[in-house]
Amino acid sequence: MLTLLSLFCALHAAAGVNPMPATSGQDAADDQGAIYPPMPAGFPAPRGIEGAAAKTEAEMSLYAEEIPGSEVLFKMAPIKAGSFLMGSPLEEEDREDNEGPQVEVSLDPFWIGTHEVTWDEYQLFQFKLDIQARAGGGAEVTPQDSWADAVSRPTPPYVPMDFEMGVEGYPAICMTQFAARQYTKWLSLKTGRFYRLPTEAEWEYACRAGTKTAYSFGDDVDELDDYAWHFDNADDKYQKVGLKKPNPWGLYDMHGNVSEWVLDAFTKDGYGFLGEEAVHAPLNKPTELYPRTVRGGSWDDDPEMLRSAARHKSKKGWKVQDPQLPKSIWYHTNATFVGFRLVRPLKQPTAEEMSYYWEADLESVREIQERQRQGGR
Amino acid sequence: MSENPEAKNSAEPTRRTIIQSSGTLAAASITPGALFLQDGGENLSPGRARGDDELGVALIGCGGRGTGAAGQALSTAGSVKLLAMADAFSDRLEGSLKTLQNNYAEKVDVPEDRRFTGFDAYKRAIETPGVDVVILATPPGFRPMHVEHAVQNDKHVFMEKPVAVDGAGIRQVLAAAELAKSKGLKVGVGLQRHHEPKYQEAVKRIQDGELGDVLLYRCYWNSGGVWVRPRQAEQTEMEYQMRNWYYFNWLCGDHIVEQHIHNLDVCNWINGGPPVQAQGQGGRLIRDGKDHGEIFDHHMVEYTYADGSKMLSQCRHQPSTWSSVSEHAHGSKGTANVSSGRMEFTDGSDWRYRGESPNPYQVEHDVLFNAIRTDTEHNEMDYGASSTMTAILGRLATYSGRPVSYEEALNSEIELKPEAYAWDAAPPTVPNADGIYPIPQPGVTKPF
Repeated sequence: MLTLLSLFCALHAAAGVNPMPATSGQDAADDQGAIYPPMPAGFPAPRGIEGAAAKTEAEMSLYAEEIPGSEVLFKMAPIKAGSFLMGSPLEEEDREDNEGPQVEVSLDPFWIGTHEVTWDEYQLFQFKLDIQARAGGGAEVTPQDSWADAVSRPTPPYVPMDFEMGVEGYPAICMTQFAARQYTKWLSLKTGRFYRLPTEAEWEYACRAGTKTAYSFGDDVDELDDYAWHFDNADDKYQKVGLKKPNPWGLYDMHGNVSEWVLDAFTKDGYGFLGEEAVHAPLNKPTELYPRTVRGGSWDDDPEMLRSAARHKSKKGWKVQDPQLPKSIWYHTNATFVGFRLVRPLKQPTAEEMSYYWEADLESVREIQERQRQGGR
Repeated sequence: MSENPEAKNSAEPTRRTIIQSSGTLAAASITPGALFLQDGGENLSPGRARGDDELGVALIGCGGRGTGAAGQALSTAGSVKLLAMADAFSDRLEGSLKTLQNNYAEKVDVPEDRRFTGFDAYKRAIETPGVDVVILATPPGFRPMHVEHAVQNDKHVFMEKPVAVDGAGIRQVLAAAELAKSKGLKVGVGLQRHHEPKYQEAVKRIQDGELGDVLLYRCYWNSGGVWVRPRQAEQTEMEYQMRNWYYFNWLCGDHIVEQHIHNLDVCNWINGGPPVQAQGQGGRLIRDGKDHGEIFDHHMVEYTYADGSKMLSQCRHQPSTWSSVSEHAHGSKGTANVSSGRMEFTDGSDWRYRGESPNPYQVEHDVLFNAIRTDTEHNEMDYGASSTMTAILGRLATYSGRPVSYEEALNSEIELKPEAYAWDAAPPTVPNADGIYPIPQPGVTKPF
């Protein structure tokens, strides 16, 4: 907890708010030195990017951020606070029971990635290319680098995880939800801005973009080819992100290409557990490894699985090709159709919440993570 | 083992039990391969059908792969029990045991006195009474002596690939293969592509002539590389190398042997045997740290088969470069991407594998255990050995920078193994004062 506090302070210090005396931060970090290096005194602010520094919803705008130490860009689109009906109506064609009952959900403002996270972005983290480039180019190690370097990174995969479907400009795949969350943690420490996976509600709100139809372009499946890669048009593989038309809020590939991790556990009984009243910012945090939720459908799915309300669940079978035991905490070797996109809430969360979104949520995963941090397997 | 009386004694009850239970047999008549069928007596030959018997398993090499393989053995049909475990390191063994207990509780019976550690641990695990099948999953440098001991002790074997790291090791494995066959022992080798229906069907189609004459094969294992285990302060040089084994040839054989064997093996499978000759080039550009031992990070080898066809092979461990793990065949009537289960023919037609894809790591154990229970012939050592030798041949070609024939590579007198297996013994290669190991120099190095 003390470490979380120090991180919290670091990010606030980064934003120029309530700078923490260095000694106090030092003490906090010492308690769990294995997890983070001591917080640097005077943690520098994130680079000023127009739109990214918004404090109010009105100030929010689309921004592009370059991952420090690279030339890789990602774009974040502002999503206004609002309410929507999550789930599909009973009369929707091909509807599954787990898509209801519909429930009114309200959300605070956030930014969401305009595109799925690409290999260009993810491999910086996965292969430590940021560290390699720094070493090769003699660049100095920034305080943000030191913090980001201390985040657990994926073990090298025995088999390359792009399966020859393409790398540059293509979506990253085959990562576990834990791996995706570690990426968001790494990126946050690297940039000084808080990133995480979307909640299931945020994802569907952003996907629908104000629509109530089966897809964000309407109900006519004949238009799907203009907006999405799916089984019949994708040539048995994922495609570069952003090649199809975006949804009304400017988001690409929400339908299809790769399914996207959200933070929530998969509930086969749908949303009944949320009750009949309107709910604010729901998150059904997983307590087990399976099933967790991915949304949007993929190149490997038929059109009905790409609907705004359609839900998919993770399963053990996604690791069948992993011949090791225990199975990797980083890779779903069989899930060649699963990726993710980023969210950044306008209101920076508390330290406790940051941990809640990022850290291993199962003892079995935490144990392996810790062993690997100490040089083991 | 001869200098370890305790280990020797532990093996004897097994043999005595056999003699006693077969009644009329004189000890002198017991020879390898003999069928112990006496009038009305039990068939106690090592290869006899084991039917519904409970089969005892010993795991030797308790890494992630060995643990996975043990799990697959315990998941085969019928009664199977893990009875013994061996690893050089007790922490690896205990971690593996915990994982297996969590996943296969009632099938794991490995009390402390059947957990063996150290360099000799394999002998005690193999000789544990009740063990019928041994899983060999240590680094490949140990495989030849492990499989030899297992077969000498009448055990069925699942052995991971590769099966050796040098010609001397291959010769030892080939001798063990003959002994295993004479005893009717069943041996599986972890080249799991042989158990994938996609590969089986594609290879058959090519062998049936659908591509016409195959003139060229291509295969790749280009990836970002594997794990590194940095040196710890208290380690002896031997312990360090045993922990960070991937980077030392006497343990690993270089990544062309440890990984790329899978792809070379598929081309050999289609062609019907290993190549007769190789020449190639390689080196290390990215892999240049103190924890990267002596192996290369890229090899490109041109192999020649007896029928004159060529195989181009690339393997690379460099992050964020073009990656591919695949095998291809080019014939007079078309081309095949074997790994994708696709063929395209010059007449414009094509074929794509659309069948089932069961988990090959499970199937290879299902096939082995079924063969043990039904006494069906099953021994994968010959192609396991010749495909491993093909990879070793490639390494000798890239290290030397000269053409090498399969025969001279196989019969090379240069052995990689250390003079002694002990924690304070010197491994075959040691670092200089800067912590750097000698790296093979093409044109200078004489690796065979």
